[in-house]
Amino acid sequence: MRVPDQIVRLGIVTAAILVAAVLVRFVLIPPAFFSTKLHRSSTVEREVAKPISFAGAVACRECHEEEFERKESGYHKTLACETCHGPSARHTEDPLEVKPYAPRDRKFCPVCHAYDASRPTGFPQINPSAHNPLRACITCHNPHDPVPPETPRECSACHAQIARSKEVSSHALLPCATCHTVSRQHRISPRSAPPSKPQTREFCGGCHATGSENPDAPKVDLATHGDNYLCWQCHYPHLPEAR
Amino acid sequence: MNRRQFLEGTIFFIPASAVLATLAREAGAAETTAGAGAIGSYVPANHYYGMGIEIDKCIGCNRCVEACKAENNVPPEPFYFRTWVERYSIKRNGEAEVECISVDTERRSETPEQEKDTIRSFFVPKLCNHCAHPPCVQVCPVGATFSTVDGVVLVDDNRCIGCRYCIQACPYGARFFNPRTKTADKCTFCYHRVVKGLNPACVEVCPTQARVFGDLSSKASRLVRFQRMNKTNVLKPALNTEPKVYYAGFDGEVR
Repeated sequence: MRVPDQIVRLGIVTAAILVAAVLVRFVLIPPAFFSTKLHRSSTVEREVAKPISFAGAVACRECHEEEFERKESGYHKTLACETCHGPSARHTEDPLEVKPYAPRDRKFCPVCHAYDASRPTGFPQINPSAHNPLRACITCHNPHDPVPPETPRECSACHAQIARSKEVSSHALLPCATCHTVSRQHRISPRSAPPSKPQTREFCGGCHATGSENPDAPKVDLATHGDNYLCWQCHYPHLPEAR
Repeated sequence: MNRRQFLEGTIFFIPASAVLATLAREAGAAETTAGAGAIGSYVPANHYYGMGIEIDKCIGCNRCVEACKAENNVPPEPFYFRTWVERYSIKRNGEAEVECISVDTERRSETPEQEKDTIRSFFVPKLCNHCAHPPCVQVCPVGATFSTVDGVVLVDDNRCIGCRYCIQACPYGARFFNPRTKTADKCTFCYHRVVKGLNPACVEVCPTQARVFGDLSSKASRLVRFQRMNKTNVLKPALNTEPKVYYAGFDGEVR
């Protein structure tokens, strides 16, 4: 028996629609739309299965007991290890292969410690462009126990202007006592016991003469440099860069 | 069908449907516990999470924002975030200027004149408040967002159709449209961490412990202690959303 043309065409169209419907149902529409499972529990399962990237400070302590104890007793006791070292869950799984980040340059610490008027009063802040410029923070401060390297405002309590100039100079890291001898009496009655001042060219020469021990200081030949003038007649010792 | 048959059918239908509904609810409850049972001894019904934020401790370092992005795979562009930090500057004329420092990472240069104009300024960290009566859940047309038993508002990525109603409805602006998944995205209190007993990533890295996470149903939790020690307030209490993020040192200008 011959099937009429109209029936064949109708059959093709019907089959095409059927295939399309099946494709849409099983390929295009996500299975979750037909899932009879309560979607809430499946969402919770998916959420719980997500990977962890921050291991938590308790995990760090197991191996790094010494650093942890040091941090716990210092000003940084409220910080977690991963505040500075970054997400380190993978380091806990494979300690030798994956090393956590260790910030060593000057960019990192000012994120918290740069001066910002909105920060709470009393939070230790500095002006990064004036505070020992170009020095990495960790040369003076141990990040695990960040005590100021010397008690602040000893001399600067009265000599703040000198301290501020010295802070931005190449002499920033020299304590006042390098060049001045200060008696106890000076603190009680400043004018009755003035601190000593260097008297000779040779005193500066201790660092700046050719052949002296200090490798960082710029060198001059004391015999030929500056005739008979004293060093501080041309150079201001608290800001030697100044002209 | 005549009237007699109809009435007889009704008499049987009502109790039968009640029985069926009860069975279905039991099955659903069993499934929820089974789903959560995958994480050891964790029982969601025993917990009810919230967060405390001490505004006076925040130094605006954005560590929380970065940690959240690292933990939750949030797109790296600064305008996608699940938690963020705002700077409030209270002016001499009483106006409050709000600036999201998580987006403007470059410090806006304040001229001395502007600073003179500012009476005080401070930082306010913000995130999803995980409201007890969340407006975002009410408006979702497909039921993709919901509150869990332990008080966390979650989004079902597979259900969400990306209509953005919830983003509009949230009075705190805590939701955003994730360009990768094309669904609404928001803070989950790091649900995958808290069920394992860890703190959310933002709480973990906060250097001044301005953020406190805890369980409101346990009297010994850090959050309950935070509420005991501080006078707290929530954002926009007049909306009756009952937020579960509590702020200490709350200024009247914060909203």
